[in-house]
This record gives sequence, C-alpha cells and structure tokens, in this order.
Amino acid sequence: MSLSLDDVRKVAKLARLEMSEPDLARMQVQLSAILDYIDQLNQLNTDGVEPLAHPLPVQNVFRPDEPTPSLPVDAALQNAPSKVGDYFGVPAVFDTDEPVSH
Amino acid sequence: MSLIEKTATELLTLQAEGKASAAEIADAFLAATAAREPKLKSFMLAPDADAVREQAKTIDAKRAKGEPLGKLAGVPVAVKDVLCTKGIRTTCSSKILDNFVPPYDADVVERLKTQDAIIFGKTNMDEFAMGSSTENSAYHTTRNPWDTNCIPGGSSGGSAASVAGGQAPLSLGTDTGGSIRQPAALCGIVGMKPTYGRVSRYGLIAFASSLDQVGPFSHDVTDCALLMEAIAGYDKRDSTSVNEPVPAYTRTVNDPVKGLRIGVPKEFFGQGLDAEVEASVRAALKEYEKRGATLVDVSLPHSPYALAAYYIVAPAEASSNLARFDGMHYGHRTATKCDLIATYSKSRGDGFGPEVQRRIILGTYVLSSGYKDAYYLKALKVRRLVKKDFDDAFNSCDVVMGPTTPTAAFKAGEKSDDPLALYLSDVYTVSCNLAGIPGLSIPCGFTKTGLPIGLQLLGGPFAEEKLLRIARMYEAATDWHTKRPVV
Repeated sequence: MSLSLDDVRKVAKLARLEMSEPDLARMQVQLSAILDYIDQLNQLNTDGVEPLAHPLPVQNVFRPDEPTPSLPVDAALQNAPSKVGDYFGVPAVFDTDEPVSH
Repeated sequence: MSLIEKTATELLTLQAEGKASAAEIADAFLAATAAREPKLKSFMLAPDADAVREQAKTIDAKRAKGEPLGKLAGVPVAVKDVLCTKGIRTTCSSKILDNFVPPYDADVVERLKTQDAIIFGKTNMDEFAMGSSTENSAYHTTRNPWDTNCIPGGSSGGSAASVAGGQAPLSLGTDTGGSIRQPAALCGIVGMKPTYGRVSRYGLIAFASSLDQVGPFSHDVTDCALLMEAIAGYDKRDSTSVNEPVPAYTRTVNDPVKGLRIGVPKEFFGQGLDAEVEASVRAALKEYEKRGATLVDVSLPHSPYALAAYYIVAPAEASSNLARFDGMHYGHRTATKCDLIATYSKSRGDGFGPEVQRRIILGTYVLSSGYKDAYYLKALKVRRLVKKDFDDAFNSCDVVMGPTTPTAAFKAGEKSDDPLALYLSDVYTVSCNLAGIPGLSIPCGFTKTGLPIGLQLLGGPFAEEKLLRIARMYEAATDWHTKRPVV
C-alpha cells in the first residue's frame, strides 16, 4: 500500500479531523487505491511545462478602496454556536489553570 | 398536457396570454412536489408553500397592473443547497451545516429574484458537492425519475431529478468536475456548465474554487438559454467573475451554425464506454451530418490523465476551502468540553461525512511538505496540457462532442463501497473544468431498459451562445427532450 497507517494518522491530525481507528484503516486502503491510480501521471513527461493554477489569464484584480457597510453584528452572530455578548464564544486557546508565559 | 410538463418558456407564454396565472403554476408544482417527493427525495428543504404562493400572487398582481416583469416571472426555480439563500437554511447536505441560515443571498439567487423567478426549495446533493450519485448526502439519496432503483447522478442530483421528475421547470446546480452535466445526462434533461468566470460564485459554498461554476438545468435548450441569460454576468464580489457582455442567448438559440465542424476525439470512445451509450452518441453525430455538419477527427491526447489530475487539484483546493468549517463562527460544534484544537478536530470529525473526510485527507496529503511537487505541481502541469489539447482542437472544429458519461444511471448502492469506481463516472466531464471551458449535456436517446443517455458538447471559452445554437440544431430534429418519465 502506498500509504501507511501512520501517514494517514498524521495527515488526519494536520487536517484537524478526529477519526476512529477502524475509519483510519479504511481510509488507508481507499486512499492507497486512489494514489495508485493518480500515479499514472508519472508516465507523462512534463519537463518545461508551466503549471496552470487557474483557467483564465486573469492576474491581479483591483477595486477602489471604498468603505461599504459590513454585515451587522446580529446577522454575523446569528449562526454562532456560542455567543458572549457581541462576540463569538470559543474555548480558551491556552490552558487557563496555568499562567500564560509571554 | 398539464402545467408541470411545460417548459419555462411555455409557462411564460401561458401567463402572457392570460391562459395560466403564476398562482396556478405555483400550485401545480407544489402539488407535484408533495406527491412525488416520497419517491424521488429531490429536496433537502421542500419549497415553502406559503412563501411560494405569496410570491406568485405578487407577480400576478404586478401583471394585472401592467407593471414590468422579469424574464422568469412566475417560474419556479429549485436551487441546489450549496447556494446561499438569505433566511433559508442552507446545508450543502452536510451535518456540519445542519443549522446554517445564511445572512445573504448568492449572486445567482439575487439575479433570479430580480427576474421575478420563484425560489422553489433547496435540492439534495452529495455532501459539499463531492460525489456523482447523491449517495454522499448526509441526509438521503435522491432517486432517478426514470427508474427509482437508480441514482440520478451527482453531485447536483436533486436539482436534476426535480426538473426531470416534474417538480420544478428549472433548477440551478453547480459543476466542479461534471456535477451538472452528468446528472443532466442520467436524468434525460439539459444541463450546462458555463465558462469559468461567466457566472458569479459569490454565495456559492466553495468546493474547488478554480473549477466550480453555477449553471442551469432545464427540459430543453431554449430554457437553458433563458436561465443562462438570467444568471450570467459580471459581479464585483467575485474577483474571478469576468466583465464580458452577456449575449442574448434566447434571441439566437434557433439560428443554426452554418458549416458546422464537429470535433470527435477518439479518447472519448475508448475502453469503458457502454455499447448502448456509444451507439446513441454516434447516431446523434450522424444526425448532425445529415444537417450539413462535418465530423473532424481530433485528439485530446492528455484527456486520459485528466481524471488523475482532477483528483489532485480538486481535493487540494477542497482541503483548503473546508478549513473554514471549524465550529467557531457557524456550523456544528462538538458538545464535548475540550481545548481549542480538540474542539476543531471533534467538530470536523463528527460533522463531515466519509467522502468529505477522504478528500480533505487526500488534499492535505498532496499539499503536504515533501509531496507537493510530486503531486500538486505535477497535476497543475498536466492541467496546462489538458487545456492546450482543447486550444489545439478548437483550431480545427467549432465544438467537441462525445458521451457525457460512460454508462447510463446505475443502481443505488452499486458503487458506494468503491470510491475510485465512482470517480470513474466523471471521466468525460472533468477535463472541461480543468480547462475552464463551457460544456453542456443534452438528451440523445435511451437504453433498452429505458434509461436516458446524454450527448456532451464542449466549446471554447465564452462560446455558450454558439454551443446553445449547436445543441438546438439537434434538438429541433429530435424529440428526446419532449419525453417525460412516469413517476
């Protein structure tokens, strides 16, 4: 298999996806098959070919820097899983039991 | 013929001649939706009957007073649940957006409202538009109106089934690798993916930003032209939208293209193509020849590699786009009390279904340090070659034609355990997205078991007007588009 279970576990962690062990194992088998299929690209010589990230020849797009109304606070917060006053409520970034060191 | 079998163009004429009101039309489609929904399951959110009737009444009142009306006045349009609708729940058929109510409308939804169309429910789809059958919806699988044991295609399967099944005369879908053209083909209707940048992506929940386009589903080519006219155009809120005038597609759709040269790529007629599908597509090409067109052999030598390149580019972009679903500002957040990182991981682990997780992991892997050049950069180089193939082909022809899909609709459950087998149903559609060109699928026959077959037409950038005229040439000579399934 082109991917090890540890590879899948590491990438799932990078992607912030909590997955069960059976799901990781299934993912390993399925992703390995997909990567094997994708490997056919190596049959193609692409030396000197410029990568194409975007189908249109559009470069930078500028607009005038004019202030316009933003989404009202109520509308911005209407889907928030947790609210504290006019703010989004989120879990603490640092462990609150220990002093923040910087 | 009942109202639900009419095209949008016919419904507009009936209203203009005073033979049907917007209220009667709305009632007819509301009744059909209610009656057929248990079999088809086209909708994530069924149309709100009160709101629909209210809008229809307003349009009838405007008409009675002689006020100007939009191009789609009184025509119900079902909208794929990937497009934001202000105040109307929008889920992407994902648990992670189960309770999401957008505070704004997508550009295409605003344009529909400006044209007095009636927003007619939100249609089911593969979660985050990742899939080819709607079986990846976190809620339910939509059924093909021609055979309810079969899938309607995907990811815009609900939009395709709602039109084919007589629940709405028009609908909107999105196409990242074939998600409009493939379900249009499998449901026997017309579906168009416009040129990248032709239609604004503002308010379209992103899957792969360099590939996604919004486009129409309809019974026939004239209606496709009508809906294209309504949704196309520049939008400053989408920096990839292109500031090019929108042609009056409906005005020219009946003008045949003289001296038409049709490019037939041998790569679209190889291994894996079902014999019945091939026979119908070849017969359609013959029909064009009878009408004076010339068939030209063209080659798209890199198209066999397009699918592999697509399954690097699309997941890579998806893994980046879907990073925004972290349970902080909207969407699902785990009920477990834990630190920030664990909150992200648990919310995303619970909220995303298996296919979405698969693509996020694949995308993260191909972009990760040490693999980016071998996979992502390689795919972008192949993408350049795929685009160049089309540029070369269009030097010797006006349009490239072939099958939309390798087979007709398959049975629900048949491919759900094998992601790669399902990916292969996009083999003829993905190269169009990589190249950014427009394409459409029109009905061109049925299998012996009565399942629809689609003919795919691909054109150069911004050649929508010509493509619609070419599609209409075939449609005018055949009656596939008039067939309706018994639901």
